[in-house]
Amino acid sequence: MNGPGDTLDSLKLGITKRYGNKTVLDNLELDIQKGEFVTFLGPSGCGKSTALSIVAGLIAATEGEIRLNGARVDHLPPEKRAFGMVFQNYALFPHMTVFDNVSFGLTLKPLSKEEIKKRTDAMLKLVQLTGYEDRYPGQLSGGQQQRVAIARALVLHPRLMLFDEPLSNLDAKLRVEMRAEIKQIHAALGLTSIYVTHDQAEALSLSDRIVVLRNGVLMQSGTPQEIHDRPKNVFVADFMGFRNFFKVRIASVSDGIAEGVGDGIRIRARAGSVVRADADMVMAIRPDDIRAGTEVAPGTENIRGQVEVVEYLGREQEAAIRINDNTRVWLRTAQSIRMADTIGLQFPIDKVVLLPAE
Amino acid sequence: MRAVANDEKNEFDALAFFCLLPSLLYVLCMFVYPFLYGVYLSLQPQKIDGFSFANYLAFFSDPYQYGTIWITFSLAIPTTIVVLLLALWLAYGMRRGIFMERTVTTILIMPISLGVILLSEGILGFYGSQGWFNQVLIGLGIIKEPFILTHNYAGVMLALFMQQFPFCFLMLLGYISGIDPSLERSARMLGATPSIVFRRVMLPLIAPGLAIAFALVFVMSFAVFPSAIMLGQPAGTTRTISIAAYQKAFEQYDMSAASAIAVVMGLCQLAALLVIILFRRRLSPAATMGVGKR
Amino acid sequence: MRTRMWKLSLYLFIVGFILNMLGIVSHVVVSSFAKRWFGGLLPPAYTTDWFAYAWKNFDLGQVLGITLLIVVVVVFLALAIGFPAAYILARRSFRFKSAILLLYFLPLVIPQMTYGIPLATTLYRYGVGGSIVGVILAVLVPMVPLAVFVLMPFFEQISVNLEWSGSMLGASRAQIFRRILFPLMIPGILTAGVLVLVNTISNFELAFLLGGGGSQTLVVALFYNMFAGGVRPVYSIDAMAVIYMVMVMTLLLIALRFVRPTQMVFKLDK
Repeated sequence: MNGPGDTLDSLKLGITKRYGNKTVLDNLELDIQKGEFVTFLGPSGCGKSTALSIVAGLIAATEGEIRLNGARVDHLPPEKRAFGMVFQNYALFPHMTVFDNVSFGLTLKPLSKEEIKKRTDAMLKLVQLTGYEDRYPGQLSGGQQQRVAIARALVLHPRLMLFDEPLSNLDAKLRVEMRAEIKQIHAALGLTSIYVTHDQAEALSLSDRIVVLRNGVLMQSGTPQEIHDRPKNVFVADFMGFRNFFKVRIASVSDGIAEGVGDGIRIRARAGSVVRADADMVMAIRPDDIRAGTEVAPGTENIRGQVEVVEYLGREQEAAIRINDNTRVWLRTAQSIRMADTIGLQFPIDKVVLLPAE
Repeated sequence: MRAVANDEKNEFDALAFFCLLPSLLYVLCMFVYPFLYGVYLSLQPQKIDGFSFANYLAFFSDPYQYGTIWITFSLAIPTTIVVLLLALWLAYGMRRGIFMERTVTTILIMPISLGVILLSEGILGFYGSQGWFNQVLIGLGIIKEPFILTHNYAGVMLALFMQQFPFCFLMLLGYISGIDPSLERSARMLGATPSIVFRRVMLPLIAPGLAIAFALVFVMSFAVFPSAIMLGQPAGTTRTISIAAYQKAFEQYDMSAASAIAVVMGLCQLAALLVIILFRRRLSPAATMGVGKR
Repeated sequence: MRTRMWKLSLYLFIVGFILNMLGIVSHVVVSSFAKRWFGGLLPPAYTTDWFAYAWKNFDLGQVLGITLLIVVVVVFLALAIGFPAAYILARRSFRFKSAILLLYFLPLVIPQMTYGIPLATTLYRYGVGGSIVGVILAVLVPMVPLAVFVLMPFFEQISVNLEWSGSMLGASRAQIFRRILFPLMIPGILTAGVLVLVNTISNFELAFLLGGGGSQTLVVALFYNMFAGGVRPVYSIDAMAVIYMVMVMTLLLIALRFVRPTQMVFKLDK
């Protein structure tokens, strides 16, 4: 390939996209290293698919640049970038057989018939579709179509794989299976991948790094664990399953522990260096991190309330506990809880996150 | 699979019967019956009692009459090819929308809604030897003598083109923009240049639509009537088969012979349709699968 | 670079086509206001007399009246016959449905000249040729299927659940029809009505083959007067053409409030 070479050592993005005066992507900056699996996570309309299309070269950025191994590639048309892409609806060519779909890219290269057949067969074997060569996409199940789409991109040895919500059209069970398969292929072939999804479980299970986007703005970027345990703002926390948010004013900070008061309760959390007393902040905790007992354990905050709603989830239950007129706390526990029980709640100090007020 | 199961379901009841009855009766009485009656009448020549192929024999033994078939083909085929190629080119270029699309399409459909008569009158004036078209070309020094574009073969072609082009263009535009755009994108991602995308991905997907458009445009062009009279030489080079049928019916009042010519005209159109259908068969049977589903 | 040239050529073609259309239309308009016009970019003197001339000499009052009568009756009948058929064809599946759809499709794709001649022969034999009734009966042949095909997708859009929930709430079939389907179908009825209207006004072949002395529509009268060229001054014919054009354009503008331009021709989906 010209300029940047055949492989990807690093990909550096700094892109902005505007339609008219509407900014759909606001200076998204990102560095991707060889072998990394990066996920763009966010609700629909957050700009994640736009970002992916810009990387692919399918749409042009309004401003900014894309550097591959230090050389600019944003002026290259998609066919010259040698990236692979898997689309949400698979985008298989309906008039071609499975074999012709997978070998399509190879036939555009100066390769012998035998070489094309060899590589296509090998790829079909990898995605367990040997024997399906002569079928048309319309005769395949959703999962099989998905495999064809992946094989079609992989057979060209792309230096970067792009996945645009590839699992969203599959049913729940198949989704989990295909997720594992994608992860396995990524690791086995040493691919570098960018993956777009709105599903946090998918993002957590697949990624080396997650980039959370909202309205075209980067909200947080980090490892799945960082995003999961230490969200930096209310948006990310909400997206990652924190269900309890308390508007508090910091009453005191001592020994790295901040005490917040608000919504009629008093909560303690580990404080970073920037937290000062009297600041307005939000404290958040996941329902499954709250400890509960019908009796309030001595030495903890005196939070108690009455059960208002119980949702049965199989092994666990999620319950809403009315603390006071303004505040309900969501709790997830394996203990049996009945309506109108009075329950004491304990917020483990390490599980409470402290977030800037919106 | 589900569609097949659905077809087997029979939901025909009294309500369905009474709702369908008026329209079905209408089409049967006013469309199917006259057709059959026309065929019957064509085999009952005016001057002969009983069945006879005399009308057909008369038509095919008189060069002035059977020549109209050739004249009509020589008008319809070139028009159809030009219309189809230009419409394909324009529709493909506009498949992702263009600047001021609604206004442009509104103007493109003007010839359809104005109707062929007004269009012909306008062409007579605008493209006439004294018309603005020739005046401008002469004024710009591009030509010395005016192009003679009316009262000849070219005039009829011009009218046919303007009538059929918008129709064909809009059909193809609808067909092409119904093709999943991610097919094109994925082909690009697999290394195909725009021209390869067109040849190997889009054209095979458009082909069935193209075949239908060809058939429809051809059939419509083959029946060219008022513009062949107004813009051509209805007694000479543009005496199409419609004119021959009309003259038999309304100038010589020989309905039987007129019906025979109408039958010949219908058969020519049918032949063209069959060619297209056979041609479509040869395209991959899977080509139509999955297109436009999303 | 190549794609830019390509785009440019597309736009040039569109501009060319638009200029050609504007030229064709405005040539007729300018000519209708010309006192005389032999060569030259524009006529040397203008007048509005040709409109009065055309009105008087071509019996335009009568012709317009006939046209209006035919159009109103055709629109009403096409909708009345097409509406129930479209409902059944959109909602039900039964054995001969695709055959019926194909049958209804034929009058729209077979040229009117081809079936017009046997149709005219038949109608003249039953004594309705050359009359207003004959024109209406003939024009309805393509218009009933047109109404059916325009109305069908509108019915398909209305979820059958609405009908079911209506009957769960205790509505009879007649009530469901009147209180649920009909109000929801008003956009469809307007669209179909407008499309039938425009197509009837500009219909030439059938109206021509079936129209006699007292049953000529405006287009047919226009054709006869042009055909009799030389007898009438061309300016007066252009004046008549302008009257026709104003009528069609007005309808077209109204139509475009309800329908997309692309709906003016039928879809290619079979």
